[in-house]
Amino acid sequence: MPPRSLRVNGVARDVASHLDTPLLWFLRDHLALPGTKFGCGAGVCGACTVHVDGEAVRACIVDLRELLGRSVVTIEGLSPDGSHPVQQAWLAEDVAQCGYCQPAQIMAAAALLRRKPKPSDADIDEVMSDIVCRCGTYQRVRRAIHRAAQGSRS
Amino acid sequence: MSVTRRTFLITSAAAGAGLLLRVEAQAGKGVLAPNAFLGIGADGTVTVWVTRSEMGQGVRTSLPMLVAEELDAEWSRVVIRQAELDARFGQQRTGGSLSVRELWEPLRRAGATARAMLVTAAAMRWEVPAARLSTENGVVSDPLTGRRAAYGDLVAVAATLPVPDDVELKAADRYRIIGTSKRRLDGPDIVTGRARFGIDVRVPGMLHATFVRSPVPGGKVRRLNAGKAKGIAGVRHIVPVDGTGLSWLLQWSRGVAVVADSTWAALRGRDALEIEWDEGVNAALEQETIEDDLLRLAAEPGLVVRRDGEAPVADEAGAVTADYMVPYLAHAPLEPMNCVVAVSDDRCRVWAPVQLPEGARAIAARAAGIEPERVDVEVTLLGGGFGRRLYADYVGEAALISKAVGAPVQLLWTREDDMRHGFYRPISHHRMAARIHEQKVVCWSHRITGPSRRTVAGRDAKQPEESESYAAIEMPYDIAAVNVEFNHLYVPIPCGPWRSVAYSQTGFVIESFIDELAHAAGADPVAFRLAHLMRKPFLDYDGEKEIDPARLRRVLTIAAQRAGKAPRRPLGRGFAVTFDHGAAVAHAADVSAAGDRIRVHRFVTAIDCGTVVNPDHVRAQVEGGIVFGLSAALKGEITIRRGRVEQGNYNDYDVLRMDEMPRVEVHIIPSREAPGGVGEPPVPGVAPAVANAIFAATGKRLRRLPFRYRHR
Repeated sequence: MPPRSLRVNGVARDVASHLDTPLLWFLRDHLALPGTKFGCGAGVCGACTVHVDGEAVRACIVDLRELLGRSVVTIEGLSPDGSHPVQQAWLAEDVAQCGYCQPAQIMAAAALLRRKPKPSDADIDEVMSDIVCRCGTYQRVRRAIHRAAQGSRS
Repeated sequence: MSVTRRTFLITSAAAGAGLLLRVEAQAGKGVLAPNAFLGIGADGTVTVWVTRSEMGQGVRTSLPMLVAEELDAEWSRVVIRQAELDARFGQQRTGGSLSVRELWEPLRRAGATARAMLVTAAAMRWEVPAARLSTENGVVSDPLTGRRAAYGDLVAVAATLPVPDDVELKAADRYRIIGTSKRRLDGPDIVTGRARFGIDVRVPGMLHATFVRSPVPGGKVRRLNAGKAKGIAGVRHIVPVDGTGLSWLLQWSRGVAVVADSTWAALRGRDALEIEWDEGVNAALEQETIEDDLLRLAAEPGLVVRRDGEAPVADEAGAVTADYMVPYLAHAPLEPMNCVVAVSDDRCRVWAPVQLPEGARAIAARAAGIEPERVDVEVTLLGGGFGRRLYADYVGEAALISKAVGAPVQLLWTREDDMRHGFYRPISHHRMAARIHEQKVVCWSHRITGPSRRTVAGRDAKQPEESESYAAIEMPYDIAAVNVEFNHLYVPIPCGPWRSVAYSQTGFVIESFIDELAHAAGADPVAFRLAHLMRKPFLDYDGEKEIDPARLRRVLTIAAQRAGKAPRRPLGRGFAVTFDHGAAVAHAADVSAAGDRIRVHRFVTAIDCGTVVNPDHVRAQVEGGIVFGLSAALKGEITIRRGRVEQGNYNDYDVLRMDEMPRVEVHIIPSREAPGGVGEPPVPGVAPAVANAIFAATGKRLRRLPFRYRHR
């Protein structure tokens, strides 16, 4: 991969002319990947959570310069067809209300489960408290994470 | 996952105007569409137009359920389309927990009408009496001959028949869809990131705008240096904007817009602006002054809005008295205010997350300087509403900017814009007094002092008391002497409806004070409430419907029973019971308080909202309403400094987080009454249930929101 690029959902993207742009706006305005949402612009609400090399990262406070040579996955790239166990668990628990924060909740949950396939409630609290849901779907988010964890065990 | 639905979402974001035309073209080709709400295609697909805004309450699933029920449609063949603003759909406001209540009858009738026409078409084909045919899952069948015909095969004939106006609706015991927990139709789009909110709208030639408003309402630009901003790559226009003379809605809307090729370029341009403000007279406004004024005014008698018998005054000997205070609150929906507006010479198109598309049209027309009929409004998904999106000030601003630059513009507010230029839940002070005689409250006095949502438009609005005192007037306790007063304090901070509106204030006060009275009487708080709750039917504050008071007693009894044995210290249990927006709700909250930390462990909630269309959605709204109420009870406070809102983001206006989420158990009371509201009713009782639980746990009475607990 050339040094002035990064991968987004598996595709190499030349970002030489956008090095100071936060990942969030590059995804939304330049790559037309609007599933990653703007909530605060300051890294305090978590609505823009994506994966960078598998870890949950807030796209609004990381510039492309810091991501050269790395691999970004957004909600659009989590699975080709919504079949990721976390997405399936989300549907089974009918988690979403307005839905705006849900891509971020799902990305954060998927990263958590990769690190901890059987997270405790305390593990969930620690990671998921970073992501605001103003509609208040937290109880279902927790249930869906446990459900996805069970699915991956069997 | 329905391809049609997804295609629509993409179409609605990309093409807008083409949509309506295409659907109408379809209607010409054998689609059965006896009214504005539905169309059945020759392939059997049932399209339902959703005429209310989806902001998390589930209307894009519950409203089609009403049509599908009476149509006897096959649920998997139902697809939804968001209705653009059009008079043929009737009123399209989303608020007041009214969507299902208002459309319960028309949507079922729409489905039943189409069903009757399909049955008649089958009867004609088979030459049998229509009365003996039955319908199920999108098929008409004749039980005597065993013949069957799918709806799609009948639409061509059915569409030629006269539309009946006297269809019968099902008895509740025949419901097959109403009362079942259908999952969100939008679910698959949401979990894959395909759901399109206002912020996701893209139209050809669109530019990105950000708008710096005067930090103080009424302020204006004294000096602008845009030199540096213009030098930033991608910045196209720097536009002075002044909407203040156009509408009261635009009273914050004076300042400078930066229009650019991308959001980031616009934001960088904004940071580079050098603006000196003439902040005007409101810059002298301070939180302490507002609160001092409230306290001073609270000592004076107010306008009497209800008086039965002789009520006590607060300093009377033997009276139980208490003062409560609630703060300004922001809505803080996660999707900040935004929209796309394209103004051309004689036309204006709006794509916006709004609760009141009619208001969006009116303000866009005013700003664009054209007739309202020349404004098209398409409603997107809303990333939360909570009342904030009833005011489409941002649509007016975007129309001004689009007109100035001659291109379609997406106006995106920053989080700080959103927090600092809202229409806030007003601050208010409440002075309570009551007397108890032999375990009975014999008189009750409630004096409300504060700004009014009515004065959002300015100092001289009529009847400022009406928007602030309604739930206090209709409080549910049967007391011989009741006195309710309102003292109006004008404060130049725009206020507006906030999920559960005035009841978010008065509910906290009434349900806390009745608890104080129970303890003063040495009585059990649940038994004391049950002894005082109305026994006569009472009028809802909508003034339209008589409410059976047994519903309140029932939810309270069930919540108390299901909560079970009282928790052991350090936990305490508190209760609250309310009747709001057509539903009775009782909460039992288990809470502990230690050090400076309040921890809410569990909520057990009973709700009676009449007939339930989708039980799981009702549970979701109760869970969400509790979170919304807890954010206000434990965290939310907007304060004013030098005329400005001090808070700016979720760091200083935080909301409840996952690690603070209590376990929530919801019990729905079975009912065959007409549906009540669900979005707002769970909210008013949350803060008082927590306050009452803290008192039960610690003996400390917290009378000011948000709660600050200090163990001493």
